[in-house]
Formats: sequence, C-alpha cells, structure tokens
Amino acid sequence: MKKRILYGAVLITMMITIVVACSKSISGRTDDIPALQPAKSDIDAGAWKTVLLTSPTEFAVAAPAATTTPDYIAQVNEIKTWQQNLSTEEINSVKYWSAGAVLRWNEILRDLVAKHNLPPYQNADNTYPIPSATNPLAYPQFPFANPPYAARAYAYVSAAQYDALVAAYYYKKLYNRAAPYKVDATITSLIPQTDLPSYPSEDAVVAGAAVELLKLLFPGDQDYIQQKAEEHKRARIISGANVRSDIEAGEALGRAVAQKFVTRARGDRAGAAVGNQAQWTQLETDAIAKGETPWYSLDLPKRPPMLPLFGKVKTFLFDSLTAVSLRPPPPPSVKSDQMRKETEEVLDQIKNPTREKTAIVHFWADGVATYTPPGHWDAIAAEDFIKKNFSEVRWARNMALLNMSLMDAAIVCWDTKYFYFNPRPTQLNPSIKTLTGIPNFPSYISGHSTFSGAASAILGYIVPERASDYEAMASEASMSRLYGGIHYRSDCDMGLVVGKNVGNYAVLKGQADGAGN
Amino acid sequence: MRVAKTFTVATLLCITACFLSKETNAQTDFDAIMMNKNQFCSGLMYSSSSWKNYWEGTLKRDNQNLGTVSSKSVMYMANYGITNNLNVMIGAPYVWTKASEGTLHGMNGIQDASLTVKWKPVTIKYGKSKLSLFLLGGVSTPLNNYVIDFLPLSIGLGSTNLTGRAMVDYQYKRFTVTGSASYIVRSNVKIDRTGYYDTQGRLTNEVQMPNAAQYQLRTGYRGKYLLAEALLTNWTTLGGFDITRNNMPFPSNRMNATSVGANLKYTFKFHTNLSALAGANFTIAGRNMGQSNSFSVGAFYAFYFKKTGNK
Repeated sequence: MKKRILYGAVLITMMITIVVACSKSISGRTDDIPALQPAKSDIDAGAWKTVLLTSPTEFAVAAPAATTTPDYIAQVNEIKTWQQNLSTEEINSVKYWSAGAVLRWNEILRDLVAKHNLPPYQNADNTYPIPSATNPLAYPQFPFANPPYAARAYAYVSAAQYDALVAAYYYKKLYNRAAPYKVDATITSLIPQTDLPSYPSEDAVVAGAAVELLKLLFPGDQDYIQQKAEEHKRARIISGANVRSDIEAGEALGRAVAQKFVTRARGDRAGAAVGNQAQWTQLETDAIAKGETPWYSLDLPKRPPMLPLFGKVKTFLFDSLTAVSLRPPPPPSVKSDQMRKETEEVLDQIKNPTREKTAIVHFWADGVATYTPPGHWDAIAAEDFIKKNFSEVRWARNMALLNMSLMDAAIVCWDTKYFYFNPRPTQLNPSIKTLTGIPNFPSYISGHSTFSGAASAILGYIVPERASDYEAMASEASMSRLYGGIHYRSDCDMGLVVGKNVGNYAVLKGQADGAGN
Repeated sequence: MRVAKTFTVATLLCITACFLSKETNAQTDFDAIMMNKNQFCSGLMYSSSSWKNYWEGTLKRDNQNLGTVSSKSVMYMANYGITNNLNVMIGAPYVWTKASEGTLHGMNGIQDASLTVKWKPVTIKYGKSKLSLFLLGGVSTPLNNYVIDFLPLSIGLGSTNLTGRAMVDYQYKRFTVTGSASYIVRSNVKIDRTGYYDTQGRLTNEVQMPNAAQYQLRTGYRGKYLLAEALLTNWTTLGGFDITRNNMPFPSNRMNATSVGANLKYTFKFHTNLSALAGANFTIAGRNMGQSNSFSVGAFYAFYFKKTGNK
C-alpha cells in the first residue's frame, strides 16, 4: 500500500512539474530588439530626391512655438505627468515603438496582408464573389491581399513615408527645435537621446502617412490601424522624445503627403486589374489564335485568373513603355520538345522529394494567409536594416526602393504572364502533384523569381556586404517553385533575369537620390 | 486468464496522428485490460481513415480541391507485463496521406513513437462486481522531422506529447463500463518557414501548441474469447484558433472531435497466443477537423517468457 502511495505521489508530482515547467510562450525575432540609435542623423535628408513630392516644401509646416512659451511648457508638463505613473503596458509600448517607426509600420502592414491573403470561397453557382472596397467587411472581405495587391500596398506605404520624411527632415533642419529631453533636463528620456530636432516628429509622420494610405488599402481594419497609430503617438510623448505639437505637425504632414499617393493610387489602374468575363475569355482566345494551349485554372471550381490586368498598373521606377520593353521573349511552345523536357523535369522533381527540398519549397512558399513573397523580402530586409542602425528617413528610403522594385516587378511579371498565358506544369501533365498550392495565374514567368531577382538587386546595393547572400536566397526562392512542382525551369530562370532588370532601375534611382549609401 | 486474451490494440496512440482524422479505436492505453507478469505481446495494426467534410472553425464544409482526404497507417505495437498490475507499451506507425482531388501531393513517413506505462493500483471486488482504478503516463515523440506544416496532408503535428490519464473500470460478470480522462501536454513545434499568421503575425518558426484533453467512455462484453465494446470519445484542444474562411488548417488550430465507435477482439480457441482485432470509428461532431470514418484491423501474438508467472 505504501508503495502505491509512493508511485501515485511520484506520478502526480511529475505531472504537475511538467505542466508548470512548460512555459510555452513564443517570441518573434523583432519583439525584443533595442531602440533605434541611428549611426548617422541624416539631418540633410531634406535635400534628397523624392518620389512624388515636387519639393520638400510642397506641404507647408508652420514654425513651432518657442520652447520658452507657456504653450510649450504645458506640453512638457504633459510628458512629466505621464512619466509620474507608468504602467508596464506603457513601458512596453515605448520599447516596442522605439525600435523604429518605419520598421513597426512595415510589420503591421505585413500582418494586414497575411490576414487578408485569402482567396474567396465560391458562390453556390460555382462563380466567385469579388471583394468590394465599398463594403469591406462583408464576405468576401476586402481586400484579397494576393501578391500583386500586397506588392502595391508595400510600395505605396513605403514611398509615401519616404517622401513625407524627406519633407519632415527639411523642416527639422529649418526650425531646429530640440527634443523635449534636451529642453528640460528633468524629463526622463526613455529612449536613446539624439541631436535630431524633434519638430515635426518623424514617428508621427510615418504613422500619419501609413494611416492615410491604409484607409484606402485596408478599409475594413480601421479600428486596429487607428489604435496602433494612437499607441505610437502616445509612446513618443511618454518616452520624452516628442511634445504634442511635434506629433501633431508630423501627423498632419504625413497625412498630407500620403494624400498625394492616395490620389495616384486611385488612378493607377489597379482598381480595374480584376477584369471581367469578356477580358478573361479574350486571353484564352488570343492564346489559341497564336496556336498555343491557353492557361486554365486548376482550382475547383475553376477560378477567374488573378488580376489579369495588373500588368497595366502604373509603375514607380520607369514609364509604361519601359515596362513593356522589360517583358521577356516567349516561353518554349507547349508543343515543343523543350517544353516536353521541362514538364518531365518537373515531374521528376516531385516524384520523391527530399526533406531538404520540401523545406525549401515551404520556406519560400509564401502562399495563402502569408505576407506574400514581397512581404518575405521586406522581412529579410528589415532584419538586416535593424543591424545597420539607419535613421528613420534612410529606413524609409531603403524600404521605398525595395518595395517600388517589388511592385514594378509584379507589374512586369503580370504583364508577361497574361501576354503569354501559358499553362502550369500540372495542366500539361495532371500526374504532377505539387508540394505547395498552385497559384491561380499563368506560369511564365515565375512571380517568386521575379520578386526575388528584383529584391536581391536592390538589396545588394543597399547592403553590399550581403549581396552574394541575397543572390543565393533569390536563386533558392526561384528554384523552390520548380522543386514544388508549380513552375518549369524556364519560368524560374527568366523570372530572375527580369526581376534583376527591374531591380536595377531602383539601384539607379538610389544612386541618384542624394542619400548615398 | 490466458495472456493472449488480455491484449487489445492501440491504433495510433497519438490522437493527433493526422489532421482532421483521429483514430482512437481499440487502444490498449485506453482499455482496462492488463498483461500478466512477464508476458509480451506484439503485432501489427492497419488503419484507414478518410473524410470528405470537415469543420472550418465551426462551419461544416467540403472542399473540391481536396475531395476525400485519406490516411492509412501500419503500426507496430508491443505490450509487456512488468507485473500483473504494471504494463509498459510501445508503438510506432508508418503513415500515408492522400487527397483524391486537387493537385496537392500526398505525404508518407514514419510518425511518432510512443511509450506508455499503465498501472493498476487499486482493485476492489464485491461478489460478481469488480472496480479497478488505472493511472497511465505516456510520452510520444516524432521519429524524424516529417513535414508538419502541410495540413491536411501532413502525417502528424510534430509535437512531443506527455499524457496523463486516470481510468476507472467497472465489471459485473461479463459486462463492463470503462471511463477515462486524459490531459495531454504538447510541446511547441518548429515549421519550415520563418514567419506565419495565426491570429497575429509571428516572426518565428516556432508554433505554440495548445494542450489538450481527451475523454472516453466504453462499454460492452468482455468474454473469454470475444471482446466487444462500444466507444464514445472526445478530444478537446485547450486553446488554439479557428481556421478562417477558406484558409488552410494550421497545427495550432483548436481541433476538437467527438466520435462513436466499436471494437472487437477475438482470441482463437485453437491457439490462444493469437488474436485478431477490428474496430470502426465515426466522427459525429468537430471543430477544425475532418469528419472522419476510420476502420482498423490487426493481429497479435503473445509470448510467455516465464510460465510460472501465469495463473
């Protein structure tokens, strides 16, 4: 009996220990990073070349009140009152946002993309509903943040933040109002101090620009977005980095600059990219007229092709004629020996995939409910940029160059896909079963390869010491689509080439924008 | 009692064997039967499970891009009596998965090994009635780094599980009722990608796996050669999130299922070392899982290491 009690006690103790000892909380790679401490202030960034702004003074920012005025002193007291009684939540919020405004809003945008990257479920009659921007909360929710949509979202937000920050830095230098912790020594600075003037607040500029664009891009998530913006602005006041008037001027400037991008976005033809039945049928008819086998959807029920007119969207880095000139020569004909061999190669790849190759497929898949390949490259870039200690304006500039490359890569890639409209490997040989979902658009050229070629080109310019790593990553991302059974080798190879050509335009832009590297 | 009769079988000891399929029929670690001291029994069990409809969160649907998702497994199992009241069991399955429609590639491989210790500390006899208490502790862990993040075609969920179970068995003549409750502590798992979205963006390859509870009630006839039982089983994940509309499933979903089933075991009179088993299980309610029907058959052979140990 004693033995039984002993066994029982041991068993129960073990179970309790296991349950208590297993803290399973997980943390993200950027959860606990230190506050941003720019290596260079980039105080002269007001002279850098902008994307859409005609000049940094296009939107006027009024001169701030002097730090000796009662108005300013009242604002300083607001900080002191906050700091008298800080909750853990407030301290954590300061820590979170101090890692960098551009970084955090890029992460927020990636989350929104992942949340909305879900293809709509079919109607009862096997047609598909199309999300509506005017009724974003009804099913299917707007947007369906697929890779082209995501690439465009990242580009607009990044470019608007960059232009707004150039203007902000211009006024920072012009008005040269010191940060509150410099003005009043009794303020505790909860973040690293810098010599950068604090009016207008660079953080509020970034938040303001993001909020304004996200109204257009993610109209159904306004509660979440506004809450993040409020938290961000409050964190800057609590930390002693900004007084309220720094924040208000920055936010207004960010919103005003973003409006210019909103206007561009409304007219960039993306709204018509879904197309209509007549246009979808025309693509098929045209391919048949050329003597080729047209692409058809492998979704069940058959789904209209994804954004067939996205190739007509207005590019950022070059004009529309250049975009067309970047379209590569045709893929091997479906009837050719070359295509037969390439299809066999795909079949060979999926017959007995190794664990390593499957891991590569899944590492780069970035499919449904993910931040898409452009988001993956943003994540890769962000984690490298963190180590570089860029100023906010340089962060924004580099993110803008990357994301304009990714958006233009999407445009050129989609133009190519729908110009040639060629079938996926599984369409030519249904015994090709895939290790990841088959995207619902034509095969040539591979989107992943185009995105990755573009990203590796511009990132190799921004972080030259990592250039060969980016190239290796791009090649792996490209080949992952062949390993997964969803692309022919020629889709991947040509996609990388086209992507690099697009990315090189961003390199030229970077070399000429006055920011240096 | 002869040894060979005392053995029934586990199909997949780990209920999380395959997403949207759960196979809990005929499990030694769920039944009230013990091996006697120094007796060893081992065998193979074949299981087949399939579903066409599944619950996306709480919404029941089908998916033309999957058709019918099926999994098959062959599992080796062994059970050894350390004493009449203390048994140890091991098992490991090889699993194949397949979707009948769509383009997704099926998967296969060796899944999780499991080790369970089963202890019967208390038996109370009163006339023709008998009441027994059992305590079980188990561990299961993947035997290789199979793909976790390819549901519903992954062969398993990849977590290392620790299971604690209390079980009460009542027997009156040949009639039995057995009830059990289990708590399963599941380790976090690592997937092949470096970021994912569950209810928020996560910049890590680590997935937090919620723990789970499992309840089972079984009742039937426990004869000298024939054993026949009806089962009611519930698996409840203690946390996790729902699959969003038209999304793919994910390892840390809140996977729940309730099923009914039946088990049969027959020990051959002409050679009592040999026994055959069959089972069936039907899911009647669920969440983030397939409405699977599963069937299993198996054969086991018992060895007697020390004759003196037998009564």
